[in-house]
Amino acid sequence: MVEFFTSDFVLGRLNYWFFIFLMMTGLYIVIARSNLVKKIVGLNIFQTSVFMLYISIGKVSGGTAPIFPIDMNIDPNVVYSNPLPHVLILTAIVVGIATTSLGLALMVRIRESYHTIEEHEIAEQEQEIMRKELGLAKEGEV
Amino acid sequence: MASSVSLSEPIHHVALSLADQLPILQIIIPFITAPLIVFLGVRQLAWPLAFLASVLCVVTSSLLLKQVIDGSEISYQLGGWAPPLGIEYRVDAVNAFVLLLISGIASVVLFWARLGLKAEVPERSHALFYALFLLCLTGLMGVVITGDAFNVFVFLEISSLSTYVLIAQGCHQDKRAFTASYNYLIMGTIGATFFVIGIGFLYMATGTLNMADLADRIALQHDNRTIQAAFAFIVVGMGLKAAIYPLHLWMPNAYTFAPSPVVAFLSGTATKMALYVLLRFMFTVFQPAFLEEVPLIEAIILPFAIVAMFASSISAFAQRDLKRMLAHSSVAQLGYMMLGIGLFSHTGLTATVIHLFNHGITKAALFLGVGCYVFVVGGASYEKLKGLGKTMPWTSAAMVIAGLSLVGVPGTAGFVSKWILVQAAFEQGWWIFAFLIVLSSILAVAYVWRMIEALYLASPAEGAMSQEVPFLMLLPLWALALSTLYFGLFTDITLGAAKAAASGLMSGSSGMF
Repeated sequence: MVEFFTSDFVLGRLNYWFFIFLMMTGLYIVIARSNLVKKIVGLNIFQTSVFMLYISIGKVSGGTAPIFPIDMNIDPNVVYSNPLPHVLILTAIVVGIATTSLGLALMVRIRESYHTIEEHEIAEQEQEIMRKELGLAKEGEV
Repeated sequence: MASSVSLSEPIHHVALSLADQLPILQIIIPFITAPLIVFLGVRQLAWPLAFLASVLCVVTSSLLLKQVIDGSEISYQLGGWAPPLGIEYRVDAVNAFVLLLISGIASVVLFWARLGLKAEVPERSHALFYALFLLCLTGLMGVVITGDAFNVFVFLEISSLSTYVLIAQGCHQDKRAFTASYNYLIMGTIGATFFVIGIGFLYMATGTLNMADLADRIALQHDNRTIQAAFAFIVVGMGLKAAIYPLHLWMPNAYTFAPSPVVAFLSGTATKMALYVLLRFMFTVFQPAFLEEVPLIEAIILPFAIVAMFASSISAFAQRDLKRMLAHSSVAQLGYMMLGIGLFSHTGLTATVIHLFNHGITKAALFLGVGCYVFVVGGASYEKLKGLGKTMPWTSAAMVIAGLSLVGVPGTAGFVSKWILVQAAFEQGWWIFAFLIVLSSILAVAYVWRMIEALYLASPAEGAMSQEVPFLMLLPLWALALSTLYFGLFTDITLGAAKAAASGLMSGSSGMF
């Protein structure tokens, strides 16, 4: 058991384990919590885990920061990390910020019109509206 | 700046004329017009600018289609960086056809919105509404035109984020639009993030993001676990966006509470675009040979397609609101498209692609009609629709035509796609599927009949006056309704394009784009 946890399978891929753990945590919060703010936080953790995945992909063992020297005298023996995943994830971060802020803005409006941010209370209010609509329709038929 | 490369005979030249820049113009025009509308801040200019941009998109996509209709391809390199390192836009006949469909529906809906939007969105929000509409259009067209896997995600999020806001605009009618939009935001973001995880895995295994390049490298390592995991993430992620049963839970509420022009636009384009991306990833990036190895088709796609056809048709029948009924029926119709993929043959895919187009125009017509009813009577519940067949004869007649196309009555566009689907089922010897398709069409008759019953058989409310919507709103509605008849009678264009797309997909090579 001890060998398993010190083996390359766990320690050698620690950042991937963190990615899986964070991803599952985030997804669980989104599904299990009924508070709308907590859902957004869960969504954020879920998205952030993907940033970790991408940054891990870009790592080249023994590689340094992918910045060329200013005089452009590039030593062919120097290994650089792959900068492309970092650039991709910059875009994904921007998307994540936009989603979070839009989600929070929607939540503000939900609170203004429902006076609550608990999902089950909102569901109750919506069922009430549905019942009223059905009641009106029934009366109309009679 | 940019060069255009024809694949058959590679000629590199520097683009000097505007015609070489058409692929990027397609994206740039709506993308620049959107902030322009906001910064100008003049309410009277918002609609003309938005409409002009969408018409220009129709013009550019028609010009593109004209260039590639003979089977050639345009490869546009962004910033002159050659693929596979640079981002590339790829245009071929199918691609250009979808671009024309999206920009065409956008123009028709915008034309309708000039008068029709007032009933559902207050005028002070109109400028922002049109800006978001154009951003959504940008995203949808970008997804279709790009040949880069990560670029798909970026454009997908541009269109999704603007869609969330557009759906929330329904709050002026009903506050439930907020929660519908919020739920769509949560589900849509999970879907998009799954998609990015899939792309990340693909990049891990192959080291490229260019779709054609990906296809070549995936073909060499089918049994790689990373590739298989990537496939699962991408299918589930795009399935969420396309509202494929059982990932459709966001859709009925979002479509019910969004303003009608938004729903007409989204139902005709957004879910179709997601399905198109799914097709492209399944068949061009992963290749049919890969699909045969994973147990996706028999175990997941076929059963859920059948369940969608029945469960959603039954719930559509149970609705008391026309808009809600149409939303549920959309999920059922997506079941037919998935069944076409599940049959996994040339004819099956032809049915999927042609139904994608036919259902797009049919649903856009139906939702515009709903918008006309909301404009006059302020709602679309069957209670409010009573007797409107007499007071709004023109709108109702168009609705009946589009409704018949939804059922699949001979002579309408819906019949063509269902006929080919039944043919595909017989071809495989699975007559039971053909029987199920007919059986679920009977359910469609039942739910469309409820609409016709409310419109024509119920007597109008007392004191109701004949009150038709303005001619300029009837025009786009009738254009779409008549086109469902046209594409039901003259199938050369749609069937030809669908067959070309299906052979491209089944051969797996870069034939699709």
